[in-house]
Amino acid sequence: MGPGEEDGHRSPGADAGADAGEPGSPAEPAPDSAAPAPVSRSAPAGTSPPEPAGTSPAAPVDTPSMDSPGTPPAPAAPVNTTSPDSPNTPDSPNTPDSTATADAGTDAGAPVVLSLEHVSKSFGAVRAVIDGSIELRAGEAHALVGENGAGKSTMVKILAGVHQPDSGTLLVNGQPTELHGPAGAIGAGIAIIYQEPTLFPDLSVAENIFMGRQPLRRGRRIDGREMTTEADALFARLGVRIDPGRIARGLSIADQQVVEIAKALSLNARVIVMDEPTAALSAVEVARLFDVIAALRADGAAVLFISHRLEEVFEICQRVTVMRDGRHVLTSPLAGLTTGDLVRAMVGRDMPERVAGERGAPGAVQLTAQRLTREGVFTDVSFEVRAGEIVALAGLVGAGRSEVARAIFGIDRYDAGTVTAGGRQLRKGSPTAAMTAGIGFVPEDRRQQGLVMEMSIQQNVALASLATLRKAGIIRASAERSFAADWAVRLSVKYGRLTDPVSMLSGGNQQKVVLAKWLGRRPSILIVDEPTRGIDVGTKADVHNLLDRLAGEGIAVLMISSELPEVLRLADRILVMREGRLAAEFTQAEASEESIMAAATGQLEAQER
Amino acid sequence: MRWETGLVVVVIAIAIMGSSLSPQFLTANNFFNLGLNNGEIAIMALPMALIIISGEIDLSVESTLGMSSAVLGVLWADHWPMLAIFVVVAVVGALAGAINGLLVTRVGLPSLAVTIGTLALYRGIALILLGPRTVANFPTIYTNVGIVAIPHTDLPYSIGIFIVLAVIFAIVLHATPFGRSIYAMGDNAEAAMFAGLRVKRIKTTLFIVSGVASALAGVLFTFRLNTAVQDNGTGLSLDVVAIVLLAGVSIFGGKGSIGGVFLAVLAFAGLQNALLLTNFNQEATGLVTGGLLLVSVFVPNAAMFVRSIRRAVTRMTRRMPSEPALSMPRKDT
Repeated sequence: MGPGEEDGHRSPGADAGADAGEPGSPAEPAPDSAAPAPVSRSAPAGTSPPEPAGTSPAAPVDTPSMDSPGTPPAPAAPVNTTSPDSPNTPDSPNTPDSTATADAGTDAGAPVVLSLEHVSKSFGAVRAVIDGSIELRAGEAHALVGENGAGKSTMVKILAGVHQPDSGTLLVNGQPTELHGPAGAIGAGIAIIYQEPTLFPDLSVAENIFMGRQPLRRGRRIDGREMTTEADALFARLGVRIDPGRIARGLSIADQQVVEIAKALSLNARVIVMDEPTAALSAVEVARLFDVIAALRADGAAVLFISHRLEEVFEICQRVTVMRDGRHVLTSPLAGLTTGDLVRAMVGRDMPERVAGERGAPGAVQLTAQRLTREGVFTDVSFEVRAGEIVALAGLVGAGRSEVARAIFGIDRYDAGTVTAGGRQLRKGSPTAAMTAGIGFVPEDRRQQGLVMEMSIQQNVALASLATLRKAGIIRASAERSFAADWAVRLSVKYGRLTDPVSMLSGGNQQKVVLAKWLGRRPSILIVDEPTRGIDVGTKADVHNLLDRLAGEGIAVLMISSELPEVLRLADRILVMREGRLAAEFTQAEASEESIMAAATGQLEAQER
Repeated sequence: MRWETGLVVVVIAIAIMGSSLSPQFLTANNFFNLGLNNGEIAIMALPMALIIISGEIDLSVESTLGMSSAVLGVLWADHWPMLAIFVVVAVVGALAGAINGLLVTRVGLPSLAVTIGTLALYRGIALILLGPRTVANFPTIYTNVGIVAIPHTDLPYSIGIFIVLAVIFAIVLHATPFGRSIYAMGDNAEAAMFAGLRVKRIKTTLFIVSGVASALAGVLFTFRLNTAVQDNGTGLSLDVVAIVLLAGVSIFGGKGSIGGVFLAVLAFAGLQNALLLTNFNQEATGLVTGGLLLVSVFVPNAAMFVRSIRRAVTRMTRRMPSEPALSMPRKDT
């Protein structure tokens, strides 16, 4: 870290973290020469200054030259007794938790660099986070786990400054902080590493790292050599070899993530949030990422690690926070927990009751997918759906479920395999052919794929049935109106006038409009992708009852859902996808939330082995 | 308030302004000239409206017009029979549109770039066909189309054709599944595809229609001036786009009506004519086109623009109550 760094960012919101972080980092020349390396490497010691002033009797002991005079007092209650512990264990940089966990209930322990307390965030009627809390300590890797839709992503976006919480507080180094936009988050020392980073592809690695903060030489020209040197130093700290001079295009996703992490380090980020970083990585790359995380921890940074792969959580993290349905469920050291404990905490509801009584035995096969393969997306997917049954496609987001549905309906092409509907093999890539064969498709993204938001309710309901509503080529207005009114009533859509724009409806009623659009075609096969995502409880029950009734009337229903209670409540059979393949199949009687989650996260195979 | 209502007000205002500026404005003779000068633009505006509603744009219309004019001139000079020439010109127009359409829908290129490319390309073909030649010896029976009115009316033939086409386009756009699909894909192409609408096929069709209409405009243009030269119609694309945007068609797609196009043609022609009658600098009529274009795009977004400014100001004043809102350097926060 050179002098160019000093004027680089330094937005005052980050002062505490930045001042604390720089001296603590091994690359900083002054402390390195003043103190033996192990001391300055001791993460908790280096970052102790952000502790409330009164609680830092330890700081002067080994960091006299490092303490920031400007460290502001924090509102938290001073706790003097425990904080000296961690700075005094310089030889255990990797186990800050060993001291921290003892007093997890207090504000002390390893310094808390960031905490979100009781935050909530709603989007319209949807309460994405109801009561979320996270506490991150210097030098720890902290896991955030939960089912799809538990609110993890919203928490990440709050930390990224993308969303402002409706209520609750964010404390950075004990200071209440508001993040206005992503720049605010960077200023506060928070960096987010996304699953697939977005680098400038035609710029060099070093230029990407120092974008907007390039070291300059005389005449305000960019000092390329200095930039390369600094980038090299950053990679050395991370223990990774990447040539700073090469252009970013063509870097593997793993390398791109490392570049982002290096950029975060150069910005003095003390909190590094990794949102499912391993999802797209190979085993070797995951191992390297874990080394990088260890290096970050040794550096005194806090890492928030989000992953669906629980074995990774156990491997790399010290503590875990579990969220469920937008609420904080549990924060605990991982030592002593099992994957079973975590899955139970993530799922943790009572078994839902069957929504309706027995449907009759399923009829003839309506939809068959045979060895369907799309390279890199899904592989060798075969299943059939019979008339009068609901088959659920469960699995984690990104497992390839929606992609299979899109391929069946002809939105996307596929490389191999066949789809047969109503006895006929479907042409690839033709929604029209799928519709002619009797398939209806309620897509995942209601606003973007399901509806034309500027059009009226009536026009949206009629959009897939225009051919039947015309006479001599002209759409008969009266036929369109009665068609739309008929289906709006059948699905009990709550609306003002049929000519109102569909954007005025609530999410649940919009979803009913999408359903009405397809039911109006009298499909024999209905594919529904996340049919109740983001809609309120009452309408959700309506949709569940409707799907059950449709199956009872003999429609073959293929349902994709990330909500396990919904899957268990509605489906006759459950297919679980994992990483593009069918991983397991359960009958309704065999299935439980635990078994589905286990199959979706790969625990099942692990157990069987 | 509907955009079309506003246009009616504008048209009336222009009529009042024009007649107060010059006693000749509200005369049959002036209307005839006014129609004559704008007939081809008006015809090309109809398919342009559909294309822009569908979320694309066709800037090559003026060159398709020029290329058709050149084909007409060359073949006439070669003593082809006129009816055969009409067939060839129609095919040329359809091909020009099909190339645009296929490049946009099948290759997936943005229509703005594609049609700027073919704008130059088709003009180049016209230049190769005609060179510096001027073909001017067309028979009177055809050139009269650009001089005399439709019997028993004061309307030039081109405006008559425009009115008939406008009715057909209005029905297609507002009352058929084809037209409904155009609105749907302009508002959200992805949702249209998920509803099984044949987005690519429909867009390709629209570009072909635009090509044929431009070819028709090319024929009318050539006969009106009794000249086929390689630069016929240069600069008309902008006028066409200006009319369509003035008509209330959203440049982002999904909104607009043929009624609006009809009113916009009246307003556009009336305004240019009024300025000419008042001896406004003839060279500066481009000011009118450009100004109209900008105003048409700005007005629908004006409310949003004002709101965003107000929001920015309140945000700044809230953050820095002690300092003047607008001159604040961002040194804090």
